[in-house]
Amino acid sequence: MAEFLLGAALFVLGTVALGLVRILRGPDDADRMLAAQLLGTGGVASLLLLGVANGINAVGDLALLLALLAAFASVAFVTGAERPEPTVPIQETDPHEQGEQEAT
Amino acid sequence: MTLALTLFTVICVSLGAIFFLAGTLGLLRFPDTLTRLHALTKADNLGLGLVVLGLLPQVAWPLGALKLIAVWLLALLAGATVGQLLGAAARPQPGTPNLSTAAGEEPAP
Repeated sequence: MAEFLLGAALFVLGTVALGLVRILRGPDDADRMLAAQLLGTGGVASLLLLGVANGINAVGDLALLLALLAAFASVAFVTGAERPEPTVPIQETDPHEQGEQEAT
Repeated sequence: MTLALTLFTVICVSLGAIFFLAGTLGLLRFPDTLTRLHALTKADNLGLGLVVLGLLPQVAWPLGALKLIAVWLLALLAGATVGQLLGAAARPQPGTPNLSTAAGEEPAP
């Protein structure tokens, strides 16, 4: 059973590493972020398989942390990504100074 | 009984690994960001869910199993949130009239 779980962990890790090719040739930054997200989830699955195969319970905590950090990475990407220039009225309503003055 | 549980683990983990493979192939071969997002969320939810389901008989019942389920639930929540956010960030901006205005910038009626 342990050998099967180890093999499954290596298989999942291999497929996810194959998905990293998308980071190399993704035309858009969102595509690269998708590959990173898949790496996060596949890493979680692989860690869970490894932890059960070796009987180490602490690896579950590591998987939990990795899931949390993968989610944070994608949220940080979306909030930090610059918006493409929209054609319509956001230009007048959006700048920082006006927003801050209206907020105070 | 043990054989049945082992068989259940083998089947579910194999199905989960197949879903991860399918998600990776979709991520590599689909033509569009939104379709790639579609493939990715399938790998996220079903692949990890099947792996967790397969691992459940192999861990100690109350705490280990609940931790595995908690990991999967966190991944589900994160996957849903990130899917919405990335889909909004990757949506086609200029050409399509219905989607070109951001959701927060709609003028109040």
